[in-house]
Amino acid sequence: MVDLAAEPVLEITGLVKTFGALRATDGVTLDLRPGEIHALIGPNGAGKSTLIHQICGTLRQDGGTIRFAGQDISRTGVAERARLGLGRTFQVSSLAPEFSALRNVMLAVQAKAGSSFRFFKPVMRDRSLLDTAMAMLERVGLAGRADIAAAELSHGERRQLEIAIALALGSKAFLLDEPMAGMGPEGSKRLTGFLDGLRHQAPILLVEHDMDAVFALADRISVLVYGRVIATGTVDEIRRDPAVRTAYLGDHA
Amino acid sequence: MDMTRENIINLVLALLLLVVPLAASQMGQPFTVTLATRIAVLALAATGLNIALGLGGLVSFGHAVFFGIGGYAAGILASHVFSGEPMAFGFEGSNQMALIWIFAVIACGLAGLAIGAISLRTSGVYFIMITLAFAQMVYYFAISWPAYGGEDGLSILVRNQFPGINTMVPLSFFLLCYGVLIVCIGLFALLRNSRFGTALQAARQNEVRVASVGISPYGIRLTAFAISAMMTGLAGALYADLNKFVSPSMLSWHMSGELIVLIILGGTGRLFGPVAGAMLYVIFEFALGGITERWQFFLGLILLGVVLFARGGLIGLLAGKARHG
Repeated sequence: MVDLAAEPVLEITGLVKTFGALRATDGVTLDLRPGEIHALIGPNGAGKSTLIHQICGTLRQDGGTIRFAGQDISRTGVAERARLGLGRTFQVSSLAPEFSALRNVMLAVQAKAGSSFRFFKPVMRDRSLLDTAMAMLERVGLAGRADIAAAELSHGERRQLEIAIALALGSKAFLLDEPMAGMGPEGSKRLTGFLDGLRHQAPILLVEHDMDAVFALADRISVLVYGRVIATGTVDEIRRDPAVRTAYLGDHA
Repeated sequence: MDMTRENIINLVLALLLLVVPLAASQMGQPFTVTLATRIAVLALAATGLNIALGLGGLVSFGHAVFFGIGGYAAGILASHVFSGEPMAFGFEGSNQMALIWIFAVIACGLAGLAIGAISLRTSGVYFIMITLAFAQMVYYFAISWPAYGGEDGLSILVRNQFPGINTMVPLSFFLLCYGVLIVCIGLFALLRNSRFGTALQAARQNEVRVASVGISPYGIRLTAFAISAMMTGLAGALYADLNKFVSPSMLSWHMSGELIVLIILGGTGRLFGPVAGAMLYVIFEFALGGITERWQFFLGLILLGVVLFARGGLIGLLAGKARHG
């Protein structure tokens, strides 16, 4: 159960982003509390990706504020937000394709340690990097594929690798942009089980089209339509909400 | 070091570059020794560029500026020893290579930081053009600055000295350059496998990934650009001593292009790519240059072939795809 009295980890207030006449984000207010999975759903073009980009810092909002881990990050850059503990996965996997799965995670481990300005020691003989990175790969079930170049991993494995990277960063919150996309039913099931446990490490803002996964995982759901949050509530509240039914869920609910 | 195919090829290239001049010197062919020295120095300059270009994906079309600054460091410091006129602060100049190298490396590091700080705010074609623009500015400055020879350049009457070595003996000077080259290739290897190298190569492959783990690509790239400049500058100082002459042509965009060509011929980002490239280049220049003045036409054809059919350059052709761990 979500503790609504707890201090939110991530708090978005009155966020606005316009592209010309289009209000892609139209006064969005939502928050993420410790231990919860907060799902963000909405039809294509509702502005989910635009919202994620603003939270990560790749897009600058036109108005409103974003607070994370107790501080205002509205004007903070991407790298700095990551350092503060905002871990993300991408809608389309974003990895260093030539590097092995292991070295991709090692990059995150060294970033966490703040030690990227070391010029001599070979990383492949650096136990502190290797062991931590390997442990993360084991947690997501990729240990057997550690030596494979990221470009040669399957779609699902790349998703898992991104999560391993977010884990290695010791993130205080996870932003997962459609982690189930392109996964087979077996993979989705496995990932659902994994995310279910992950929320206890850090809360998750989950953008997802797979409704089975959303209903199975979410503590709360926010529904985004035309850049606005039209409803926020528990799974049952959202299922019953008439506005949501007409706008989005249709016959599926 | 595990003996992968690439490591064996690297070892063969390293030995070849050492054994041929040793043999040539025994057989009384100093010209071959000079060619080998030219290969070693150009390979060193290209190894420097390979840090920015090969590891960082930063296509600098202005690295001649560092090559030239290194060359002028040697020329200017030596010229004051000969003229007896002190430089600023009563410093008398120097004909000691070790000191000259320190000057060259520091000057190029600072120039690299200044040029990099501005250039790295752009990317892609703009980065290529802005680095070219900086190099051309320095090139025209050198041409129009009469104090050190202007357009005519500056002669180094007697090759600068190194303790324990008679640098005027071609083989001795070659061995010195070869030693510096091997040390710098070793540094390149360390850098590539280090945490810094991981971040630098990751930034080439995927900038967004690097930023989203919390590493700012700009700082990493700027550092790499400065290190790259320093190594190319060191090569410039040796090049000036090899020719006993430095002129603005060391700063020209032809020189920048030549360094890029060396890397592409040999294999971008490969440890011995610059060595392989410099060998090919200098041997072509010598072999074809004896037959026709238009040897660069044929070099162009070969470059075209490499770009179309052998993207990994000579090393890639022989050793296969790069492994990144």
